[in-house]
Amino acid sequence: MDFDLSGEQRLLKDSVERLMLDSYGFEDRRKYQAEARGFSEAMWARYAELGLLALPFFDEHGGFGGGAVETMIVMEAFGRALILEPYFATVVLAGGILRHGASRAQKAELIPAVADGHMKLAFAYAEPQSRYDLFDVQAQAKKDGDGWMLNGTKGLVLHGAAADKVIVSARTAGTSRDKGGIGLFLVDGNAQGVRRRGYPTQDGLRAAEITLENVHVEAADVIGDPTGAFPVIARVADEAAAASCAEAVGCFAEMQATTLDYLKTRKQFGTTIGSFQVLQHRAVDMFIELEQSRSMAMYAAMMAGENDATERARAISAAKAQIGQSAKAIGRQSIQLHGGIGMTMEYRIGHYFKRITMIDTLFGDADHHLRQLAVLGGLIREELE
Amino acid sequence: MDLSFTEDELAFRNEIKTFFQAAVPADTREKLIAGMHPSKDDVARWTRILAEKGWSVPHWPVEYGGTGWSPVKQYIFTEEMSQTPAPAPLAFGVNMVGPVIYTFGNDVQKKRFLPRIVTLEDWWCQGFSEPGSGSDLASLKTRAVRDGDHYLVNGQKTWTTLAQCADWIFCLVRTDPTAKKQRGISFLLIDMKSPGITVRPIQMIDGGHEVNEVFFDDVRVPAENLVGEENRGWDYAKFLLGNERFHIACVGVSKERIRRIKNLASRVRFGGERLSDQADFREKVTAVEIRLKALEITQLRVLTNESKRQKDTQDPASSILKIKGAEIQQATSELLMDVVGPYALPYQSEEDFDRRNEPPIGPDWAATIAPAYFNTRKVSIYGGSDEIQKNIIAKAILGL
Repeated sequence: MDFDLSGEQRLLKDSVERLMLDSYGFEDRRKYQAEARGFSEAMWARYAELGLLALPFFDEHGGFGGGAVETMIVMEAFGRALILEPYFATVVLAGGILRHGASRAQKAELIPAVADGHMKLAFAYAEPQSRYDLFDVQAQAKKDGDGWMLNGTKGLVLHGAAADKVIVSARTAGTSRDKGGIGLFLVDGNAQGVRRRGYPTQDGLRAAEITLENVHVEAADVIGDPTGAFPVIARVADEAAAASCAEAVGCFAEMQATTLDYLKTRKQFGTTIGSFQVLQHRAVDMFIELEQSRSMAMYAAMMAGENDATERARAISAAKAQIGQSAKAIGRQSIQLHGGIGMTMEYRIGHYFKRITMIDTLFGDADHHLRQLAVLGGLIREELE
Repeated sequence: MDLSFTEDELAFRNEIKTFFQAAVPADTREKLIAGMHPSKDDVARWTRILAEKGWSVPHWPVEYGGTGWSPVKQYIFTEEMSQTPAPAPLAFGVNMVGPVIYTFGNDVQKKRFLPRIVTLEDWWCQGFSEPGSGSDLASLKTRAVRDGDHYLVNGQKTWTTLAQCADWIFCLVRTDPTAKKQRGISFLLIDMKSPGITVRPIQMIDGGHEVNEVFFDDVRVPAENLVGEENRGWDYAKFLLGNERFHIACVGVSKERIRRIKNLASRVRFGGERLSDQADFREKVTAVEIRLKALEITQLRVLTNESKRQKDTQDPASSILKIKGAEIQQATSELLMDVVGPYALPYQSEEDFDRRNEPPIGPDWAATIAPAYFNTRKVSIYGGSDEIQKNIIAKAILGL
């Protein structure tokens, strides 16, 4: 049991935090958002220089060999700065699929390109009807010569329009909610039959709805077992959920600090409003939520690498439920304590509020995970007589 | 960063577990599982079993009987003990006055009192609160006036837990009424057999007798029983109140309660279905388990940070543990009420359990549940109420 960061981890934390401090102020972010693709290509290149795009990959592909704790460190810093770049989509999600599912040849081709910043990826796992069920896949993959032919609609593809290649889940067998019969296919973003409808998201990022019409995929671009990819998807979703918990904690920390600062400077009735006990206790409630969330984000990071899928799911559900519930509590308090200014686009707090609200809907909200964990029997084992 | 227990810590946990399984007297354990209170004899017997093993005050410095275990091992020990379950050692001795004596007391006091705390030969109680001094503890009025080599003590303490069992009381007394309120307070050790002390029971809403009023009427206390310096008692009291990091969150107690809840819910049928199979009930329990896991990790973060802190200061983050620990204990007591349902109604006092010749009314596990629910309201009040803890966090951590 050791909560300290190693020397290398501390170095990573310092360097990513310094980069955010130097180059990702609220005004910088506004400028990046106005760029053509809704984020900064220059910052993407900086992430590559720092090795952040190579973080979770092994050395043999030019990677850094980082685990869930390293990802937690980076995502928390990114959460504090509210970054716009497709790090989560490319490195955590699609990168996770490559790490857990891709062949040696696929890794050798794709990972170095991701690591040096030349290739952006997206992962199209959701569909209009699937909500939080990753196995609810209706997009079809049919044999087409040596390769496959894809048809269907994928929704809410994070940074789907900016991606050079999109990893698509599609059904090769079974009926629409079977866990078996799902495959993963690497599709060129501009391939014939791919239509991408990009749009801004509530929290200022980008996503896309993607329709696939008779899209041909070569056999070499199938990732893993074309009928048995679900365990890889579930695993990556758990890792991604853990990473998004860390991002949320970064947002929470910034919201807590910003609100506290406001309480100490805003004057009404001839005094700083932070001198009022009713507001002090609300600030304390925010602080407690932050610390409880931080604890659960650490728990999620620790358990993200667990090989037993049920144990992993229990822990991730617990963390997601905590973070989702804290997001509501912290979001509510931070806007209320700011009053009217908290409602404006020009002030920073509302942007964090929107981001944490959207993180809750990613890979299952608090209610969904509470239900999932309850079905699994909770965290403490029953000892029936 | 590694949040899993090391091999060494896991082996330690097994050793502790095996010992507890074998060593806790069966009658005590049954009582605790049923939600009853351990008697004075139960606690004393268990403390002596631990003392024989050298484990009754694991968190103390080795020279006074401690074990030298790391904070994580101490945590494992406490949590395993409450999950067995075994009686908690008497906090007033081992967690409160003991550490004050070995940190601020003189050598004579250390030699005289510490060994008797280790084996529970002295049962201690706490004389802090007064009728007019609850959350505003520093306004206390009990006077101690120096009279030669004695203090003459007059006043009243209240909410004195288990004073009816106590041999000694540690008191905050006012020795300088002219100083600013925190500055004129001293920390005095008083023999409960001293002439002039009267103990009067207070019956609480659960029907039990846990707390008392203690009256001091010209009680003569030898001056040698003053701990530390005169008029510095407030510092020692703050040290004492913030010094409960290992115990305050009661994570192990709540884990044991949740197992109990799940177990009982599997025996209760409602609407043709086991309560434990009903989705809304399961979700309510799960929500508490999640909060408890967050608390457990937060507690471990505070504990492992311990070694980096100055010895005689407290981490204000322990206030989080107090607030969340109380909230979760209250939540488990509410879940037990959900489980028992209408058979919460009959009042059957614990004293009657031993005397009666008839079977209990309702399920044999039902009688303690409503009283425990009533009683558990106290946890967010004692040891500094939730509101006081929030004041502490606001001031000491947030700088408000």
